[in-house]
Amino acid sequence: MGALLIALAGLALAGKEKTFWLPKQSSTIAAEIDWVWGFIFWLSAIFFVIIVGLTILFAIQYRARPGYATARKHSSHNMTLELTWTIIPSLLIIPIFWFGFKAYLDMTVPPANSYEIGVTAQRWAWMFTYPNGYVDENLHVPVDRPVKLVMQSEDVIHSFFVPNFRVKRDIVPGRYNIAWFEATEAGEHVIFCTEYCGTGHSDMLSKVVVHPAGEFEPWLEDASNFLDKLAPAEAGAMLYNMRGCKQCHTVDGTIRIGPSFKGAWGAEHALSDGSKVTVEENYVRQSILDPASQVVAGYDAVMPTYKGRLKDQEITAIIAYIKSLQ
Amino acid sequence: MNVTDTSITPADLGGYASREAESENFLSYPKGILSWLVTLDHKRIGILYLICILTAFFIGGMFALLIRTELLTPGPTIVDADTYNQLFTLHGAIMIFLFIIPGIPAALGNFALPLMLGAKDVAFPRLNLTSWYLWLIGAAFTVFSLVNGGADTGWTFYTPYSTQTDGAIISITMGVFILGFSSILTGLNFLVTIHRLRPPGMTWFKMPLFLWAIYGTAIMQVLATPVIGITMLLLIVERTLGFGIFDPALGGDPVLFQHFFWFYSHPAVYIMILPALGIMSEIFSVFSRKHIFGYKFIAFSSIVLAILSFLVWGHHMFPSGQSQLANFVFSALTFTVSIPTAIKMFNWLATMYKGEIVLKTPMLYALSFMFLFGIGGLTGLFLGALAVDIHLHDTYFVVAHFHYVMFGGTVIAFLAGLHYWWPKVFGRMYNETLGRIGAAIIFVGFNMTFLSQFVMGSQGMPRRYYNYLDEYTIYHHISTGGSYLMAVGFFLIAGYLLHSLLKGKRAPANPWGGNTLEWHVPSPPPYYNFKEAPRVGDPYDFSEIHWDERIEGYVFRKAEGSA
Repeated sequence: MGALLIALAGLALAGKEKTFWLPKQSSTIAAEIDWVWGFIFWLSAIFFVIIVGLTILFAIQYRARPGYATARKHSSHNMTLELTWTIIPSLLIIPIFWFGFKAYLDMTVPPANSYEIGVTAQRWAWMFTYPNGYVDENLHVPVDRPVKLVMQSEDVIHSFFVPNFRVKRDIVPGRYNIAWFEATEAGEHVIFCTEYCGTGHSDMLSKVVVHPAGEFEPWLEDASNFLDKLAPAEAGAMLYNMRGCKQCHTVDGTIRIGPSFKGAWGAEHALSDGSKVTVEENYVRQSILDPASQVVAGYDAVMPTYKGRLKDQEITAIIAYIKSLQ
Repeated sequence: MNVTDTSITPADLGGYASREAESENFLSYPKGILSWLVTLDHKRIGILYLICILTAFFIGGMFALLIRTELLTPGPTIVDADTYNQLFTLHGAIMIFLFIIPGIPAALGNFALPLMLGAKDVAFPRLNLTSWYLWLIGAAFTVFSLVNGGADTGWTFYTPYSTQTDGAIISITMGVFILGFSSILTGLNFLVTIHRLRPPGMTWFKMPLFLWAIYGTAIMQVLATPVIGITMLLLIVERTLGFGIFDPALGGDPVLFQHFFWFYSHPAVYIMILPALGIMSEIFSVFSRKHIFGYKFIAFSSIVLAILSFLVWGHHMFPSGQSQLANFVFSALTFTVSIPTAIKMFNWLATMYKGEIVLKTPMLYALSFMFLFGIGGLTGLFLGALAVDIHLHDTYFVVAHFHYVMFGGTVIAFLAGLHYWWPKVFGRMYNETLGRIGAAIIFVGFNMTFLSQFVMGSQGMPRRYYNYLDEYTIYHHISTGGSYLMAVGFFLIAGYLLHSLLKGKRAPANPWGGNTLEWHVPSPPPYYNFKEAPRVGDPYDFSEIHWDERIEGYVFRKAEGSA
């Protein structure tokens, strides 16, 4: 019995790395989900071999050929047989359902002591808000501690997916959706958006950075002070990267979803309503807080408002950054 | 009767009695283009549908090849992201609404249903023609969206994306709305036909299993399709008038749309697959030269599938934030759907057991159906299990799963049925060797295309991605290679089928030895189907059907004492 347990534990450990079918197991729930996956896989494999094996066997053995004839009279009905292959599969689907449901409960109910991080998804960027109000483009988390994500969308439906954690949850505008996980080792893991959201859907990537024990809190404190430590233009550059500006506005003059920031300062833009505007402090501020009010001609009004999401000091830093891009 | 008797007439062998009688076949009587466009003959309407849905299949297939080519490399390959998004939207919308849903019922079903039933036509021939014209109008709206700015929502039209995006959303949803009516009218017509036009002796349990499948399909068409119609109208109202139904910015609920959409679209999956299962029941029996095993279990499983299909729509929304209780119930109900399907597969196996299996083209497709639909069905178990679905949801695993069901199941069965009834419809035989090669190419190409997608999906590759991480490149290469191979297979099939129309050998009345009623009339059938109500027997009794070398087909040789 003891030897068996050790062997099982060995299997569980061996399952941590990426396999042919499944990615690395980097969260506490991954092993359980993969176990259910494996259970269904082998059960299906058995049924598949039976069905296809018999199909091939019969097709060869009973193929019509000269000199071969079977008795013309066959039974075309057998209640016992038919009930057997109705009842056996009916019984087998019960454990599949049950294991799937049990693992699902484990993965959807966050433990009470979870560390809470806000997630904001918008076309096509992720923003992660820490308890002290700091916002980052990546999801930084401590290792071995449950993390609860309270997620909201600024525009359309998105979905938060970390393959290595086996965690996925839609983010629906107009409500909060919850996800949680507990990372089991330090390292980085990709975050995908898995609900189709338009042009930049496949580039709406981010990463989870799992910090080793004791290093998360110092990182957060250090990262949160960037406004005080950096010159406004440098802080603005950080905000540009972290808060979703760069998904649509380039700084090298190429056109993406919105106008480029390069050389924008002081330039005159024609707006979609026919009027003209010069890019200066108040126009930039207005465009951040109420983007739909002054859309540059030739662009779609897809930018969400940042009202309440950027502090005055942060808006000033972004303005300084745009100024610096002459 | 002595088979070597030289005084035998063509009519004795199932053909037309004379040259004059032959001109009564439905293809040549009456003549002229107009006679086709206003025809009320279910067989002609079936051919009109066949031409249309094969055109849709060709267009949808070309989009698929463009998608696969684009995915050869991460990032831009041949088109930009917005074009790619329109390509997969139109590929999905055309394949689902214009090809697969009407595919088997409206094209093959229209042709075969009255013949198999022993009726002269469907119950409402004018309604039948109306359905076809509605299909044309719906198709025009759908294709119009292509030139009118394109639609980029995916075939699921999820809100609020579909409420907010630019593009021709209104014309494509209007197209779906109209196509829905086409589908409802076809279903209604078939329901009434099966209830009212059965000849004397054609009791419910003498009906061929294909008709049971079409019957179950028709129930779903009539009951489920109105929901998609209303949903599409609500979406149009929200976009044009700004009513807040689905868009939270207007006070609506985006998940409500998903409930409405899947309340139709899950039964729609069975509208697509159930007729396919019906074709399989015919072919397994005929080509095993043996009575179908477990007739009643197969017949009832079709009806049970039709009913259960209404109770599982929520499994498309496990990660959406619907309640845990809803997820629990929908997951449990989802598994029940696997049972009727499993019953059918075991019954087909039992039908093959100790038969005399004739490995002609339709049967090769049926064998490949067991393999492909087997994978399609079993991978459904992964997606029904809640915890596993969360990981696999919206990845390529789902894409692979539904292509194994829809393509490996429905399209393969459609091809099987097309090859099975082709000699009956057009009176010509196709090249059997090329037919077998075609079936083999499709089988290999299909598995290359979609098996690789199971792996990349399990590894986390999300669907509807224009760009992807380098680690998935190898799977995309295999998949694209497979899609090219399938294209070769389809061009081969199109080639020999078209060739058979011009140069094919004349088909006997009963080339495969079937005993359902369509094999009792000449190929192609006369426009009136049956001169008098046909004698109805057991459709799967092959004891009185024998191969006759002179016509390279089967003849009915009745036992002593029967008329």
